[in-house]
Amino acid sequence: MRIAGHEFGSRLILGTGGFPRLETLADAIRASQTEMVTVAMRRIDPGARGSLVDVLDDCGVRLLPNTAGCYTARDAVLTAKLARDAFETDWVKLEVIGDERTLLPDAVELVLAAERLVDDGFIVLPYTTDDPVLARRLEDVGCAAIMPLGSPIGSGMGINNAYNLRLIREQTALPVILDAGVGTASDAALAMELGCDAVLCASAISRAEDPVGMARAIRLAIEAGLLARGAGRIPQRLHATASTPLAGTPDFVHPSDPARPVPEP
Amino acid sequence: MIVVNGEPSAVAPGATLAELLVALDAPDRGVAIAVDAEVVPRGEWSSHRLADGAHVEVLVAVQGG
Repeated sequence: MRIAGHEFGSRLILGTGGFPRLETLADAIRASQTEMVTVAMRRIDPGARGSLVDVLDDCGVRLLPNTAGCYTARDAVLTAKLARDAFETDWVKLEVIGDERTLLPDAVELVLAAERLVDDGFIVLPYTTDDPVLARRLEDVGCAAIMPLGSPIGSGMGINNAYNLRLIREQTALPVILDAGVGTASDAALAMELGCDAVLCASAISRAEDPVGMARAIRLAIEAGLLARGAGRIPQRLHATASTPLAGTPDFVHPSDPARPVPEP
Repeated sequence: MIVVNGEPSAVAPGATLAELLVALDAPDRGVAIAVDAEVVPRGEWSSHRLADGAHVEVLVAVQGG
């Protein structure tokens, strides 16, 4: 998979939010074989110890800073610029939220922020709704990928509108990365079968009972989904199509059956 | 008075951002600073002096997303 000219061997981007311990995060990164993980920026906590950046460095992954918690283009742009200074990367996972309860993106502010950041030289990966028209707007302003949600962040509801994802896939040559909604491995497999290039996943892994086990499961599901897409699935039908030939089916005559004629030799 | 991350700071006006970071025991990496909602690049931390009334946000990398 190629994003903004950078080749990735892994099609899983891991969100680092929600892991109870840094050690678990590191183990999950290794099990997922991801090459890029998200990080956020928050006010310094004088009591906090243990360096997230050092742990991620040891894992050898690229950092993808996000703008989580921003509700306006203005704040998202400032947060992206701060992240660029902190991590020396032009890449940003752009989130501009419009509603506290659903954490759904604010389409108007999102496009505005994306445009400003692209103009400022950022590689913008926008977290967006599954609206194909909004996806086109984001592509028009120069985003490097489209990252539609399957369902709200952390909801684990999977892919609510497979039809829209297919429309987005069909209309763009940009990488399409399912971002948000994955609850378990089968959701990630479905995303790949529908044509996504990659899956971004945080809570499904970090809040699973066994985060490391789920990291491996989702990695394998992404691989399985991609292979299945390449292999070409059969069409769905209302009625059965026998897989065993009818020709040669035996005709058992039980002793209690009425006599039946036998063909002449 | 300087306001740092929403709280009054013990650091006096005229201090540099580098001095503020020492006072906060900030890590070496993954840190960014905004003064009055403008990024102050890392290269200017030792020269940037805080004016009275400045609103400073000192941010670090945290798990998220």
